[in-house]
Amino acid sequence: MTTIDFKVNGKSVSVSAEPDTPLLWVIREHLQLTGTKYGCGAGMCGACTVHIDGKAARSCRAQVQDMAGKSITTIEGLSANSDHPLQKAWIAEQTPQCGYCQSGQIMQAADLLQKNPKPSRDEIVRHMDGNICRCGTYPRIVRAIERAAKEG
Amino acid sequence: MNAPSKKPANSSLAPSRRGFLAGAASLGFAFTLGDLGGVATAQAAETSGHAIGYWVTINADGGIQIAMPAAEMGQGSSTALAMVFAEELDADWDKVSTVNIPTRADIYGNPAFGGSLTTVGSKSIQGYWDKVRLQAASVRRLLMQAAADKWSVPLAELTTEPSTVVHAGSGQRLTYSEIAGFATAPAELPAVQKSELKPMSAYRIIGQPVPRRDIPLKVDGSAKFGMDVQVPGMAFGTILRTPVEGASPKNVDEASVASIPGILKIVPMKDAVGIVAETVEAAFAAREALQVEWSAVDFHGYASEAALPQFVERAKNTSETGLPYVKAGDADSAFAKAAKVVTGEYTTDYLYHAQMEPINITASVNAAGDGAEIWMGTQSQSAIVGAAAAILKTKPEKITLHQHFLGGGFGRRSAPDMVPYALGMSKAVQRPVKVIWTREQDVKAAKMRPMTAHRLEAAVDEQGNVTGWRHRIVAESVVAYSAPERLEAAKGLDPLTLEGAKIDYEIPNQAINYLREIRGTPLSAWRGIGAGHNKFAIEGFADEVATALNVDPVAFRLQLVKSNPRATKVIKTVADMAKWGEARPEGRAVGFAFGKVVDTWTAAMVEISLDRQTGEIRAHRAWVALDPGIAINPDSIVAQTEGNIVFGLSQVLKERVTISNGSVDQTNLFDYRVARMSDTPEIHVTVLPTDNPPSGMGEAALPLIGPCVANAMYVLTKKRFRNMPLIPRRVKENLGDNGSV
Repeated sequence: MTTIDFKVNGKSVSVSAEPDTPLLWVIREHLQLTGTKYGCGAGMCGACTVHIDGKAARSCRAQVQDMAGKSITTIEGLSANSDHPLQKAWIAEQTPQCGYCQSGQIMQAADLLQKNPKPSRDEIVRHMDGNICRCGTYPRIVRAIERAAKEG
Repeated sequence: MNAPSKKPANSSLAPSRRGFLAGAASLGFAFTLGDLGGVATAQAAETSGHAIGYWVTINADGGIQIAMPAAEMGQGSSTALAMVFAEELDADWDKVSTVNIPTRADIYGNPAFGGSLTTVGSKSIQGYWDKVRLQAASVRRLLMQAAADKWSVPLAELTTEPSTVVHAGSGQRLTYSEIAGFATAPAELPAVQKSELKPMSAYRIIGQPVPRRDIPLKVDGSAKFGMDVQVPGMAFGTILRTPVEGASPKNVDEASVASIPGILKIVPMKDAVGIVAETVEAAFAAREALQVEWSAVDFHGYASEAALPQFVERAKNTSETGLPYVKAGDADSAFAKAAKVVTGEYTTDYLYHAQMEPINITASVNAAGDGAEIWMGTQSQSAIVGAAAAILKTKPEKITLHQHFLGGGFGRRSAPDMVPYALGMSKAVQRPVKVIWTREQDVKAAKMRPMTAHRLEAAVDEQGNVTGWRHRIVAESVVAYSAPERLEAAKGLDPLTLEGAKIDYEIPNQAINYLREIRGTPLSAWRGIGAGHNKFAIEGFADEVATALNVDPVAFRLQLVKSNPRATKVIKTVADMAKWGEARPEGRAVGFAFGKVVDTWTAAMVEISLDRQTGEIRAHRAWVALDPGIAINPDSIVAQTEGNIVFGLSQVLKERVTISNGSVDQTNLFDYRVARMSDTPEIHVTVLPTDNPPSGMGEAALPLIGPCVANAMYVLTKKRFRNMPLIPRRVKENLGDNGSV
């Protein structure tokens, strides 16, 4: 057991856990921020995507011992009032179906728009291809990202 | 009992704690509303009155809360059913919200499932269509009667506008909330006849593209899935289930996990070992390390790739008749007289659901061991409560189930197979336990769509008319595994395995027979149910017959549905959308398929290309036209259909479970691959509503996507692709050494 200090959604946290605990479980169960989802535990699906120091990362593959001093953003911290341009676009395009993967999709898309505010459709597909949506909402994810890029 | 955390829900959905129709108790309008993290829960009042009173609450502020019996797993029923209720109540849609229900099948059960609380087979709208409208119309009538009494005018002179009763003659108006403030209740709510319900032409909510009410909760992490439940004092559990169906743990080596801190208990059970720990990470680590010896069972010898040719052989061997599923006219005589007989053999593999949220369930068994509280997302509240009550040898009333959003259902969440593990572990540690399956466990314990083999024959007369149709289906029975009593009730004709086997073609003589395999495989419904495999065979074969007769595949189908205007319209529409018959870019081809799936008339086309070096098929464009009867929420129908196309492509191009030595070979999403964004074609959907009762929308197009791709492959290569999925290895084998066919 070890204690690690880092930031989540702007707030300092101190977590006691086994050093190799996946960041995912620290976020979901130790900190009870359940918007970040467990999908595969193997970095294959992207449901657990968060931002670590501003970059999209799979929290199921990150270990808490490596988080010391880092700043993590989860879906709950993406915007103050659920009004990030992507969140607004996601609603406008009626994107989610079951919704389970969508936190990860939005966090992955936010990473894209940060680096590339006007992505082409190919760039969107390349950037988002690691995030699985079993319901098949991909067409609306693409449209929502394009809308957010346009409307800002 | 422990309550879930009270995390603030989206305010637009959070119910107020107060606000009943005055005289609520006697009307039976009483709900006790509890907040379950984004989805409100209604606890029905103990004193009931008429069951009708359990469906709606009218608040003083104009808010109207409607009970939501169907599971919400992305199909949009929670919004669509509320739309139907609000339409007939003539409610102001902006003021409507939904509340989850208690597990009272006697009140909220789906008539399509004998009154069970179950969400499968795209039957929520269909099953509740009359029930919900009659409930709502009754409440509207009551409100109008109360206003008529107050104004001393005849009921017949009153009309309603959204949430308002109007007397045009005097210009008087009362809102539903105002009426709720003074109304006294009759002993029974007024009865309304079906003939008095609103006609389609009067709809103002149904048919509009209404934003789904669950969507805002799903963009900021506030939607609560079963996985997200937090119960004070809970421990975490996971299971190591037998790798071979039917085996039990013989020896459990607890020392193998002794070094992992935080393990609370190892709980051997009938077909699994439960691991309870203080943290989920400890439970998962222990699952990796735990050494278990399993008992030997017959299923150890099963290998799906060896079994499939046996299935095919059995389909071919007509000395065994099988059970007649459809018998129309005289097929034998049609074949005896035929000028030409066309034959085709098709197969499909086992499939895994790959729902994004792995199976999970949180349970807290009481100290006496005769009651439990359960939190999860399930497609059948009735099945969960029934299973839990049976395990604890108690009454269903002693089981409290909190329904949550489902992170994908697709049939996987219809079974209660996870219940015994959670109850067993909670009992063992006398604490609430959140049991989460690892993805690996979820794959290994797949409840599959059955592997199938099909033998089809068509008899054609001298004039080129199809006079006879034979279809022999060899597969295990889904319900024999999931609900054996249903197989008995159906006299051995499994309603799930055979779903979609009936053809919608005007062929006078038909013999469709089922030959059941018994292999012991865990099975369940899979999105599209039996149509997923049966339409692949039927529609691939229909194309073969058209080719054999030298007829265009679309013209061939149109001829076979010529007295069916709904079928004709969807086929002609999709042909127009896709510009059927026009030349395609080099290397591209379009395939077509048609069928009535979950009672929805559907036609589809998919344009593909093929990389002959790798054997990989790519879908570029897809078109679907469908007639769902009355279209409740058209944008939701389009969204479902887009999902059906992606899911259907995933099924035909990528997905298969293989079983070796009785165990599922696949492990996680790297070897059970599903469609990704890069696999998604350009999609066009046309909804063609008609004034017919609404039909299913969750899985209408999916079963047609496979045969579209196979039929397009024929156009491209002049080879038939009769084995689903069309994975690259099979494609290359089928094309032969000369890959440039």
